[in-house]
Amino acid sequence: MPGPTSSTFGPWSRRLILVVFVLAFITLWQTGRGALPWAFEYPKGAELPLARWIGQFTKWLLNEATFGLFTFSQLTRFISSVIDLPYRVVLSLLSTGFLSGRGSAAIQLTPSLSYLTVIGLVALIGHHAGGRRLALLSAACLAFVAVFGQWSSAMVTLASIVVAVPLGVAGGGLLGILAYRHRWVERLIGPILDLMQTIPVFAYLVPILFLFGFGPTAAVLATIIFAMPPMTRVTLLALRRVPGELTDLGQIIGCTRAQMTWRVLVPTAKDGLMVGVNQVIMLSLNMVIIAAMIGAGGLGFDVLAALRRLDIGAGLESGLAIVALAIMLDRLSQAFAEKTGAAPAGPGWTGRHPYLLAGLALIVVAGFGGLVVPALQTYPAGAVLTTGTFWSRVVEWINVNYFDDIEAVKNALLLGVLVPFKRLLLDLPWLGVVAALGLLGWRLGGLRLALLAGGLSFLIAALGLWEKAMITVYLCGISTVVAMLIGMPIGIIAAERRGLWRWVQVVIDTLQTLPSFVYLMPAVMLFRVGDFTAMIAVVAFAVAPAIRYTALGLQGVDPNLIEAGRSMGCTPWQLLTRIKLRLALPEMMLGLNQTIMFALSMLVITALVGTRDLGQEVYIALTKADTGKGLAAGLCVAFIAIIADRLIGAAAARARVRLGLAEAVS
Amino acid sequence: MTLSKTLTCLTQSACIALALGAVPAVAQESTDPIRLTLHDWTGQLITTQIMGEVLKQAGYNIEYVQADYLAQFAGLETGDLSVAMEMWETTGRDAMDAAVATGNVEVFGPTGMQAKEEWWYPSYMVERCPGLPDWHALLEPACAEAFSTAETAPKGRYLGGPVTWGGFDDERVEALGLPFEVIHAGTDAALFAELESAYQRQAPILLWIYAPHWAPAKYDGAWVEFPTYEAACYTDPSWGLNPDMAYDCGKPFGEIWKVGWAGVKDKWPGAYEAIKAFTIDNAEMGAMITAVDLDGQSVEAVVAAWMAENEPRWKAWIGQ
Repeated sequence: MPGPTSSTFGPWSRRLILVVFVLAFITLWQTGRGALPWAFEYPKGAELPLARWIGQFTKWLLNEATFGLFTFSQLTRFISSVIDLPYRVVLSLLSTGFLSGRGSAAIQLTPSLSYLTVIGLVALIGHHAGGRRLALLSAACLAFVAVFGQWSSAMVTLASIVVAVPLGVAGGGLLGILAYRHRWVERLIGPILDLMQTIPVFAYLVPILFLFGFGPTAAVLATIIFAMPPMTRVTLLALRRVPGELTDLGQIIGCTRAQMTWRVLVPTAKDGLMVGVNQVIMLSLNMVIIAAMIGAGGLGFDVLAALRRLDIGAGLESGLAIVALAIMLDRLSQAFAEKTGAAPAGPGWTGRHPYLLAGLALIVVAGFGGLVVPALQTYPAGAVLTTGTFWSRVVEWINVNYFDDIEAVKNALLLGVLVPFKRLLLDLPWLGVVAALGLLGWRLGGLRLALLAGGLSFLIAALGLWEKAMITVYLCGISTVVAMLIGMPIGIIAAERRGLWRWVQVVIDTLQTLPSFVYLMPAVMLFRVGDFTAMIAVVAFAVAPAIRYTALGLQGVDPNLIEAGRSMGCTPWQLLTRIKLRLALPEMMLGLNQTIMFALSMLVITALVGTRDLGQEVYIALTKADTGKGLAAGLCVAFIAIIADRLIGAAAARARVRLGLAEAVS
Repeated sequence: MTLSKTLTCLTQSACIALALGAVPAVAQESTDPIRLTLHDWTGQLITTQIMGEVLKQAGYNIEYVQADYLAQFAGLETGDLSVAMEMWETTGRDAMDAAVATGNVEVFGPTGMQAKEEWWYPSYMVERCPGLPDWHALLEPACAEAFSTAETAPKGRYLGGPVTWGGFDDERVEALGLPFEVIHAGTDAALFAELESAYQRQAPILLWIYAPHWAPAKYDGAWVEFPTYEAACYTDPSWGLNPDMAYDCGKPFGEIWKVGWAGVKDKWPGAYEAIKAFTIDNAEMGAMITAVDLDGQSVEAVVAAWMAENEPRWKAWIGQ
């Protein structure tokens, strides 16, 4: 059996250690409450005052930190004014028109691009990147937005996305290249990326607002922080995958370092890089609601306002407009990734730039048209479609007719599964859990992993947040199990059916980008406030990666192996369970990992339906503008994520080795 | 700025210079936009837009910024935002005090509206719990049972506000010996979603409702009558029915405050006075919220109607 521990311990002695540990754990758990009370309740006196330290540090950063010539907050204010510039330009183009002056005294110099121009331009881009089909699709997405009366808000949202995505892609990409070139950069940013991705945004919202000012710019920055890490990771991975022959060739023909990077590495890794771009787009759109809370406005604000007056239909329409933007941007970026470089070479300048010319012509013609006929400039209010009270009535109908059945099922699950599991977790001694995680880490990945898993879980206890962390684990744990139970069969069924898979993809893209607030309020109406509703919201979001990675794993199984199985007379069931699922295991483990990450990232949302977990702690800290407390709780969420990530990663690596998909490390 | 000025401005090339000079009403004051924050509930949108329109009439430059109710303090402290028109004593006090303590935020006085907050039940519950609205009725086991769910039975279920609102409901239940369990909704949207759901089914519900809001106008119901709040009730255990515990009374009525950046006074002195002078009362506000949320009028139309009806009143705020 491979693995770092095999040299020191044989299988028997390891099994013995396990048995001894389990016995010790149970003894501690059942009898220790009287003898070792501190193993259950972390002693208050020994808690780390991390929240206070962070609070003091941010205060210092805001008020005193200086580089001599200018202070830290002057620097951050400068950065935000730099970002503000492109944002204003894009916003002027799409939404407000170019103005002179500010506020209500401002005067419009030129109108913004009309809705017809924007739809036309996007269709042109679509045609350029992916032909007529894509042109139609992207125009249809925007037309949907216009027809349902979401145009002006959608353009505000689009403006912040259009600014945030290139910055996120460029920043993430450059960091990735640096990490590829220098090993120490990689080591340094690894943990930082983990934290950026897993600390709930609410936790660092307050310092960002202080440093970068209140408004769209801060929202754009928070979006970049949240959406950038996958780009860096993907860049690093993609550059690593560039075949050695190519880099060797580059060296032989005497490439400079810059040429090597921009002419050899980046073009070769383009496909991989585009996956990163896609992730940045998706995650940016995830942030729309939170961005709205700090002054970005747009569709996110509409969703929040609609749900505050319980207008489910209006909330859904605004939410679906976000989805339409997401699908449009995603399909466009994918098409650009797949597009091969051959440009149509016509005669002369006009022949070489047909799209540019058509675009300019469109802007000019539609611009003048808009001045004459207002209906060409802004979508006529009379032609706006709305679902009105339809969705509210649907929910009401379900509520009135089926509430009792729903309540019965819910109560059975709640009293039979959720509550007992929660009690069990809250009852466990922290000392025992820390030791168990350490042992698991040691079994899966050796001493380093043991120290990481044990150390981080100990820190959670030492910060005095153990109970809240356990509620978090309970909620996310159950939700992950449910999401996997729903997601894996769907993934298995959809993997081999191309037509079905395309529809499933639309559904999971929708789930991933539709603000969960939209379905949270109907869920509250049907399931009341509480853990069950929170679980539904988490599952709805976290089921997407469970489906996606199961399907991708199965689609990636070597067809020769399946053929071999078939020729040996396997039944379809055997083929699935004995060959495909086993070989897809590493991807499915990654899916599990991502499901957990998605579940954790929903914590802040679940706080809004009254859970008592770390997410609530972060939310309370936000409402009290208590940076220290918020970041301490946010770090605990990150620790849980990192422990889960590393343990699953190690388990996946072992599975790979066992299946012969990778060489043993030691 | 008048229409004719706008038109002449549009025809001239030196538009920027004019735009800056076109606010002559208060020459010594800044022409930077005064930034008023908009939150996500109708009443606040109305209050803010009335204030904004009045300031516009006085020649000030106005900008509305959408911001979260509590996260906005970060902006008010740095001066990125200027004024927040509704800060409820009952829900925003902690954040407001913390911000005022920094010296960068100032309370601009009460809006004149009183926040009413209390336990509330729909009228159809009187049949099942006949003693209401007197709070003693809730002490009856049968009454508590009527409000219970599977998770809380035999105790009744009371849906409280988000934890961040405070409200001391857990303490109140203990001090008055109510056989009820307090469940905290995470947001106020969740609170009203539950009410809507229960009301559709005519099902039992007892929850925290506040006014001014559209809910008391839309749903037929009443507030539970607890012993009337006095400051001593919250601080002095010996006060009231329970000699050993505080909080043995109802919730306080609270002012709704206007708050803003401390720099407003120096930058726009006239606007500062106007904001301080702004008042409106619960009945007016309730009617306007109903017009928007239940009758489907736009906030702008309702605000314009108010402006037309109350011209002498708001003119006095801006000293005209």
